[in-house]
Amino acid sequence: MFKQLASSISNIGSRAIDGIWRLGHAARFFLLVLLKSGTSFQRFGLVIRELYYVGVLSLIIIVVSGLFVGMVLGLQGYETLQKYGSESAVGTLVALSLVRELGPVVSALLFASRAGSAITAEIGLMKATEQLSAMGMMAVDPVSRVVAPRFWAGVISMPFLAAIFSVMGVFGGYLVTVMFIGVDVGSFWSQMQSNVDFRIDIINGFIKSCFFGVAVTAIAVFEGYDSPPTAEGVSGATTRTVVTSSLAILGLDFILTAFMFRGI
Amino acid sequence: MTSDTLVEISDLNFSYDARPILKGINMTMKRGQLIAIMGGSGSGKTTLLKLIGGEVIPSAGYVKFSDQVVHELDRDGLFEIRRKMGMLFQFGALFTDLSVFDNVAFQMREHTDLPESMIRDLVLMKLNAVGLRGAHHLMPAELSGGMARRVALARSIALDPMLMMFDEPFTGLDPISLSVIGSLIRRLTDTLGMTSIIVTHDVQESLSIVDYVYFVADGVIAAHGTPSEVRESVAPFVHQFVHGEVDGPVPFHYPAQSYPQDLNLEKTLV
Ligand SMILES: Nc1ncnc2c1ncn2[C@@H]1O[C@H](COP(=O)(O)OP(=O)(O)OP(=O)(O)O)[C@@H](O)[C@H]1O
Ligand SMILES: [Mg+2]
Repeated sequence: MFKQLASSISNIGSRAIDGIWRLGHAARFFLLVLLKSGTSFQRFGLVIRELYYVGVLSLIIIVVSGLFVGMVLGLQGYETLQKYGSESAVGTLVALSLVRELGPVVSALLFASRAGSAITAEIGLMKATEQLSAMGMMAVDPVSRVVAPRFWAGVISMPFLAAIFSVMGVFGGYLVTVMFIGVDVGSFWSQMQSNVDFRIDIINGFIKSCFFGVAVTAIAVFEGYDSPPTAEGVSGATTRTVVTSSLAILGLDFILTAFMFRGI
Repeated sequence: MTSDTLVEISDLNFSYDARPILKGINMTMKRGQLIAIMGGSGSGKTTLLKLIGGEVIPSAGYVKFSDQVVHELDRDGLFEIRRKMGMLFQFGALFTDLSVFDNVAFQMREHTDLPESMIRDLVLMKLNAVGLRGAHHLMPAELSGGMARRVALARSIALDPMLMMFDEPFTGLDPISLSVIGSLIRRLTDTLGMTSIIVTHDVQESLSIVDYVYFVADGVIAAHGTPSEVRESVAPFVHQFVHGEVDGPVPFHYPAQSYPQDLNLEKTLV
């Protein structure tokens, strides 16, 4: 009985140590990627190639989801605002929720499951099939040649994807409220224009999406590079990428929001 | 002044976790020599190549490559000597996101400033040597196993290295490609003056092309000699290997407890 208790406590302890050790490992890997990013910028073609796989191929899901999220926001917002007779504020509501929160957060969540998982799986498979070792044996550093371009491609795409998501969302809100429900088109746009502040809302949303981009791609490349070189290893790493980066996005969002909009 | 010896392995020990894989290996490889390393599956041949390439660190002893101790080099030093090495991986390890052409061109683009037109000629020459010039536009996923290994071979000799390590270049090849690749390796070794190490199970083919043979068993060098010495050898180990006999000093099985014990037959048998 006592033995069991002792062993379960030591189990918890060793798990905690493992977790912290891995976190340290990830942090070191992140620094390594930054240090070895020189090649990515000298040969920007490498990044552009990855931008296509990471960014352009994520466009469809971002555009479609943005449209639907905006349409739902429009419907829900109208229903509520109409009770107080301020349905002309629906444009403001849609735009502010998108630019400040939903754009960066939802697009980052989608990005993690669309592009993050793909990055992890690709790097993990390259490792499992010895492609990374082979590259190292050819005196080409896999971190600067394979990992860093993917990392920067993710970091660069994320803010653009978030912006596109927000734009599509606003358009979706416009479609539902102005075209279908019949809210006055002039007040929809003018209220939005006067209540959305460039610095407070748009810049802060942009900063958020930059943080999310770094977090998601850093997690994705680390999990791929660190995955055990087997089929189960790669599939486990892919799952961890999606779970960890989703949690990281939501946690970071809370912290960033607290700093930005509460002025802590 | 360069010495005659390109690779010197001295009292090399290596273990994965606590399990010793190599125990006190000594080898000398001269420039221009073609050396075969043979030994049972799991005897540590691939591991030995990884030690020469500096991918893993020995627990004792050293590997010297042109008078530099490989595991004592820093990263830049290691990359410097790796540019003079080529390695054919046991499973090919082609870059799956690049075409056959780009795979072979990879090192030329990374390490040289050659114009694209010259790279094109060089790549096609290398591919022609392995009989796959016509396949340059294919992706690795569209190749058969044997074709993939030949592309990997073309890629590993892309920069005419000083030391070539071929990890089982003959597996998965039909008899015709096998002898073509065998004589290609011999010819490259002679014309470029490079040193080649081939790890192989193909005793007859390799005895006909190599200059020297090492047999690795159980982590030590069980026998070594020139092909004619090996053919003549009466040492039971070498004889068993060269003639492919099941009974002899080389065990077929990975170490395990006794078979009846593993199958839980003890009780019924007693
Ligand atoms: N990454 C690893 N971790 C632990 N043990 C390993 C690892 N890689 C190889 N081994 C062990 O090291 C031993 C030697 O492996 P190695 O790949 O060098 O054999 P080999 O002689 O090349 O065999 P084969 O002819 O089948 O390719 C094997 O017993 C294997 O179990
Ligand atoms: Mg092997």
